[in-house]
Amino acid sequence: MDIFNAIIQVLDSTIRLSVPLLLACLAGLYSERAGIFDIGLEGKMLVGAFAGAAAASVFHSALIGLGMAILISVAFALVHGFASITHRGNQIVSGVAINFIAAGSTIILGQAWFQQGGRTPALQPGERFEAITWPGADAIRDVPIIGPIYAELLSGHSILVYFAFAMVPFTWWVLFRTRFGLRLRAVGENPAAVDTAGISVAWLRYRALICTGILTGFAGAYLSMVQNGGFVKDMTAGKGYIALAALIFAKWKPVNAMFACLLFGFLDAASIRLQGTPLPIVGKVSVQFMQALPYVLTVILLAGFIGKAIPPRAGGVPYVKER
Amino acid sequence: MSTPYAKLPAWADYGLIPLINLSVAFIVAGFVVMLVGENPFRAAVILVEGAFGKGTGIAFTLFYATTFIFTGLSVAVAAHCGLFNIGTEGQAYIAGLGIAIVCLSFDSTLPWWLTFPLAIVASALVGALWALIPAYLQAKRGSHIVITTIMFNFIAASIMVYLLVGPLKPAGSQAPQTRNFLAGAELPKLNWIIELFGAKIRSAPLNICFLLALVMAFLVWLLIWRTKLGYEMRTYGHSPKAARYAGISETRIIITAMMISGALAGMMALNPVMGDQHNVAIDFVSGAGFVGIAVALMGRLHPVGIVLAAILFGMLYQGGAELAFEMPAISRDMIVIIQGLVILFAGALEHMFRPYIQALFASFSPKSVGMQAINGKGA
Repeated sequence: MDIFNAIIQVLDSTIRLSVPLLLACLAGLYSERAGIFDIGLEGKMLVGAFAGAAAASVFHSALIGLGMAILISVAFALVHGFASITHRGNQIVSGVAINFIAAGSTIILGQAWFQQGGRTPALQPGERFEAITWPGADAIRDVPIIGPIYAELLSGHSILVYFAFAMVPFTWWVLFRTRFGLRLRAVGENPAAVDTAGISVAWLRYRALICTGILTGFAGAYLSMVQNGGFVKDMTAGKGYIALAALIFAKWKPVNAMFACLLFGFLDAASIRLQGTPLPIVGKVSVQFMQALPYVLTVILLAGFIGKAIPPRAGGVPYVKER
Repeated sequence: MSTPYAKLPAWADYGLIPLINLSVAFIVAGFVVMLVGENPFRAAVILVEGAFGKGTGIAFTLFYATTFIFTGLSVAVAAHCGLFNIGTEGQAYIAGLGIAIVCLSFDSTLPWWLTFPLAIVASALVGALWALIPAYLQAKRGSHIVITTIMFNFIAASIMVYLLVGPLKPAGSQAPQTRNFLAGAELPKLNWIIELFGAKIRSAPLNICFLLALVMAFLVWLLIWRTKLGYEMRTYGHSPKAARYAGISETRIIITAMMISGALAGMMALNPVMGDQHNVAIDFVSGAGFVGIAVALMGRLHPVGIVLAAILFGMLYQGGAELAFEMPAISRDMIVIIQGLVILFAGALEHMFRPYIQALFASFSPKSVGMQAINGKGA
C-alpha cells in the first residue's frame, strides 16, 4: 500500500507540475501553427505571474489577478506581433527581447511597488485560486485504490488545473474543426495561399498571438496564484523553454502536447521524489540528470532519432505581400 | 535577404538609424525609471559618473566590457553565417570546465604565462565542442539551431551544477565551487594602464584578457572580411541557395562558423574565472552570453561596433551597480530591461523608423535615396 500511495503522490504532483507547461505549450501551439516562432513564452508567463499576483494582492481578488495576468501577457504578445508581423523583424530576436524585458521589469517594478526584494506580498485566502473538492471525495477517501485516485488525483485541484486540461480538447477542436483553425494552420504552412483567398495574413497571425497571450497569462497566473502564494523573481525558471521543448516533442499537436507535458512534469516530480533515494538496477540518480532529461530527449527527437519533428513550414518567416 | 527598402547614404545606414533605435530604447528605459518613481536624467548622470567618474569605475567598466566583447563576437560570427547562436551562455559556462581542468592541474607548477595559453586553448576547445553538436544537427539533420542551443544551455547548466556540487568541489567545503587557484593561474591586472593617466585604482579586476579580447576582435574582422572562409560564411548567411550553387559545402560552413562562435564564447570564461574570481563557481557566466546578443546587434555585427557596444554595456553594468546604491528602487536588473529594449529596437524593430527617415531624406534630396530605383520597383 505504501508504494501505491507513493505512486499516487508522484502522479498528483505530476499533474500540478505539468499544468504550467501544458498551458504554455498550448499557447505556443497557437502561434507556431500560425507561423510565428515564440521564444518569448517564458517572458510572457513571467509577466503574467507578476501581474496576476500583484493585482490579486492589491485588489484582494483572484479573478482580477487572473484578468490582469491575461491582459499584460496579451500586451507582450502584441509587442511580439508588432515587431514580427507588422515590422517583419526577426521573430527569435523579438522573443529574446521580450524575455529580457519581462525578467528585468518584473524585478524592478516588484521591488519598487512592494519593497520585498522582488516578491509580491503573500496572497491571502480569497486572493488565490483554492482547491476544489469534488463531491464525495472525503467520503470515498478510505476506499482502497479508487478512494485515493478519486480524492487525491482527480479531486482537490484548483479550477485552473481543470481549465488547462479542458483546453486540450478545446484547442484540438479550434484548430481542426473550425474555420479559424483551418485558416490558422494554413497561414503557418502557406501564407500566400491564405492571402490569395482574401484573408488578412497579418490579422490572422495577430489573433493567433492573442490566443498565445491569453494562455500564457493563465500559465503565469497558475504559477503565482495557485502553485505559489505570490510572485517570486524569475519564478518561471525555464518552464517556458521546457514548454517549447514539449511543443516540439509533441510535433505541434494538442493531444500529444498534453502527454509531452505530463511526461516532463513526471520527470520533474520524480526527480523531487527520488532525491537521494537509490533506485533498483540504476542506483542513485542525480537530480541534475533528471532535470536535464527533458532537454536531452528533445535534442534526440530533433536529431530525428525518435520520429521526425517537422515544424509548420512558414514558421519564422515574415510574410511579405508581393507588390 | 533582399531588403525591400531603398538605399540610404551609408552614414545614415550605419550611424543615424542605429542611433535612433538606441535612443528609443533608452527613452523607453527612462519611462520605466519614471514608473519606479525616480528621475531618469539623474539616474543617467549617476550611471555615467559611476562608470567613468573614477579610475576604479573605468577599470570595472572595461572588465565587464571584456566579457561582452567575447560573447558579442561569438554571436556575430554565427550571425554572419545566418545562424542565431543563442547558446553562447552555455558554451561559456561549460568552457569553465576546460579552464578548471587546466588551472587545477598546472597552477602549482607552471607560471601564469604558460597556464594562460593552455587555458585559452582549453576554453576555446570546450566551447567549440559544445557548439559542434547543435551545428552538426543543424547541418545534417535540419534541427533548428536556436532550439538545440537553448536546450544545450540547460544541459550545460545541469552538468556544471552536477560537477560543482560533486567532483570539482574540494572535500569539506560547502560552497559549490572549485578550490581557489594558486598564483600560477592568476592573470596579471591591467590597472596600471589606467593609472598611467593619473587615475587612482583601489582594486579592480581588469586584466590581460582585455587585450586578448581586442586581438580577437581584430582577428574576427580579418576572418569575416579578409579571408575566403569569411567570404563563404557571409555568402551562406546572405543566401544559402547562392552558397550551395557556388559549391560551398553547407555542412562544413555551418560547423566551422558555429565552432568558431563557440570558441569565442568559451574564451569569455577566462576573464571572470582566471582574471577575477580565481575559481569556477556556479553560474559565473550570469547572463553575459545573452548580453552578447544585444552587443552584437547593437554593434551591427562589426568588431568595431561590438567593442563600442561592449563598452557601453560594461558602463551600464558598472554604473548600474553604483546606481543601486544611490537609488535603492533601481537594482542592477534595470540593465536586463535595457538589454531587452536594445535587442527589441536595434534587432527586431531595426527597420521601424526606416520608412520615415527615407521619407525625410527624399523630401530634402530625392537623389540621395535613389528615388528612381523605388519608382522602378513600383513601391
